[in-house]
Amino acid sequence: MKALIPLVLAVALPWSTLDIPFLFDGPLNSPGTLQLLGVCLVFGGLALGYDLLFGHAGLLSFGHALFIALGAYGVGILVNHFYWPLWTAVLLAVAGAAIAAFLLGAVALRVTGIALAMVTLAFAQVGWIVVNRDPGGLTGGEEGLPLGPAAVPGFLVGVANTVNLYWLALAFLVVVVAIVHGIRRAPLGRVLTGLRDDERRIAVLGLSPYRIKLATFVLAGALAALGGVVYVLLTGGATPYLASTDLTLSLIVMAVLGGAGTRWGALLGGIVYAYLDQRLTHVGGSLPGPLGQPLFVLGTLFVLAVAFVPGGLAGLRRRTLSATAS
Amino acid sequence: MSTVVLLTLTGLGLAALYFLIASGLSLVFGLAGVLNFAHGLFLSVGAYAGWFVATHWALGPAIPVGVAAGAATGALVELVVIRPLYRRPTEQVLATVGLSLAGVALLQSIWGADPRSYPRPAWTAHTTGVLGAQVPDDRFLLIGAAVLVLAALLAFLRWTRYGLIIRAGVENRAMVSALGIDVRAAFTLVFTLGGALAGAAGVLGGMYFGSVSPGQGAGLLIFAFIVVVIGGLGSVTGCAVAAVAVGLLQQFVNYYGTSGAGDVSVVALLAVVLLLRPGGVAGKVTA
Repeated sequence: MKALIPLVLAVALPWSTLDIPFLFDGPLNSPGTLQLLGVCLVFGGLALGYDLLFGHAGLLSFGHALFIALGAYGVGILVNHFYWPLWTAVLLAVAGAAIAAFLLGAVALRVTGIALAMVTLAFAQVGWIVVNRDPGGLTGGEEGLPLGPAAVPGFLVGVANTVNLYWLALAFLVVVVAIVHGIRRAPLGRVLTGLRDDERRIAVLGLSPYRIKLATFVLAGALAALGGVVYVLLTGGATPYLASTDLTLSLIVMAVLGGAGTRWGALLGGIVYAYLDQRLTHVGGSLPGPLGQPLFVLGTLFVLAVAFVPGGLAGLRRRTLSATAS
Repeated sequence: MSTVVLLTLTGLGLAALYFLIASGLSLVFGLAGVLNFAHGLFLSVGAYAGWFVATHWALGPAIPVGVAAGAATGALVELVVIRPLYRRPTEQVLATVGLSLAGVALLQSIWGADPRSYPRPAWTAHTTGVLGAQVPDDRFLLIGAAVLVLAALLAFLRWTRYGLIIRAGVENRAMVSALGIDVRAAFTLVFTLGGALAGAAGVLGGMYFGSVSPGQGAGLLIFAFIVVVIGGLGSVTGCAVAAVAVGLLQQFVNYYGTSGAGDVSVVALLAVVLLLRPGGVAGKVTA
């Protein structure tokens, strides 16, 4: 129930005119701040969804961006080029991504460990190539694919409606949290942890590791696609970055920084990473040399965290708690 | 006919580049078990070091300087980042991921994100007639370098004491340690070696593409990964065979199919190889 307090605060946040200097440029309910927070929430959800694979089931996939891009570009293409209504397009894009995750997962999950990482990386690379080649003018190549405002319902368009987009992002995050935490509590969650720790034992218990992993892969793919859709609505269009390996690497960084496989770690990591990434880009120009590059700061932080803070932010908290208790 | 010859030699040139990157990657993985995402960074560092020397001083020392810079980066990364994380393989992979992100950003902050044009020896701009095809000479530079490296690497692995330790370590690391040999020194060695080869690939790749950018290493790295997996982790000859297969396939399909189809077909080849022979073409053997 403790989780409800931050949720209520997050829902109520757009009514606050609190101005936090340095952290945000404007008051909390200004469109700029809400947009920034919305992107943070989406990345929190994406990171938690990825952590279902990486932290919970122990599947090191380097192809998660593919499914985010499938959701993002799927909606963009259906809405812009085929004039579908937004919500039908969203449904179809997410379903399409789930089917793609099923087909690719069926091949990729035949191998484990590093080989799995390689195969998923290669599949995602195909997505990146296709998006950049702009087949038939569908994806817009390097320019990206801006979402035509005519197709989007009025309450999601325009600066004044940023607050609705913020709530949409929050809703996405809540959905991901509900699903991932539901799985954690269900017997399936324990099976996943078992798969991560010792796959043979799960097989000996009479369960099929392959099928469970595939189901998890499909679910994570669908959540990623949904996140991609929300990201497109929030930022107004799909960009090739959504299909890039860099995005998957960022998700890994988020999950690990926050604490992979913990209840709130990846979510927290995603929010903090996305916040730093955007803020550092914003204030970057005023910082000297490499400090002006967000990825330099984040990458260095990440290496340090991996080396010195195993368990990420969540692990840090646990250790502080146990230190104060003893 | 002349098109086929040109495509073959261009494909082999690309294969040579892949081999230079992938062989170091493969040895590092085979011995130390580290999937090294920072390998692309070694390449970029080598490329920029070579570029700096070539534009500010002379073209001749560009290759040795690039190789030395790549080797130094490799050794430094192993000593500072990888070694403390020994016995934590996932963390090692993650640390190299972080390094590749930070390193590329660092290069970008120094030399900017835009590609810089790369100086090249005048003779590489000429072409040579081979069986009726006019083949640019830079292909021969790459192929020659790769063949030289392949021969040197095989000789090193076969006839030197350190080569023996590396081969034995790929085969069974625990046994080598049990025999009282410090495998960790060999880790530093393969990282340095891999860095040197990546540095060479950086300079030669810069001359081949005619430009260098911070993200170049990462772009090539994905294909090098594919070559490593197809060739069998830890095998240098497997790597060479896989590099040739990937380079040729990519060139031919890109020419005869639509643009981009070559890259996709390489991924398809990877999927097929993994499904039929999960250990790669060579299985797990060095040399």
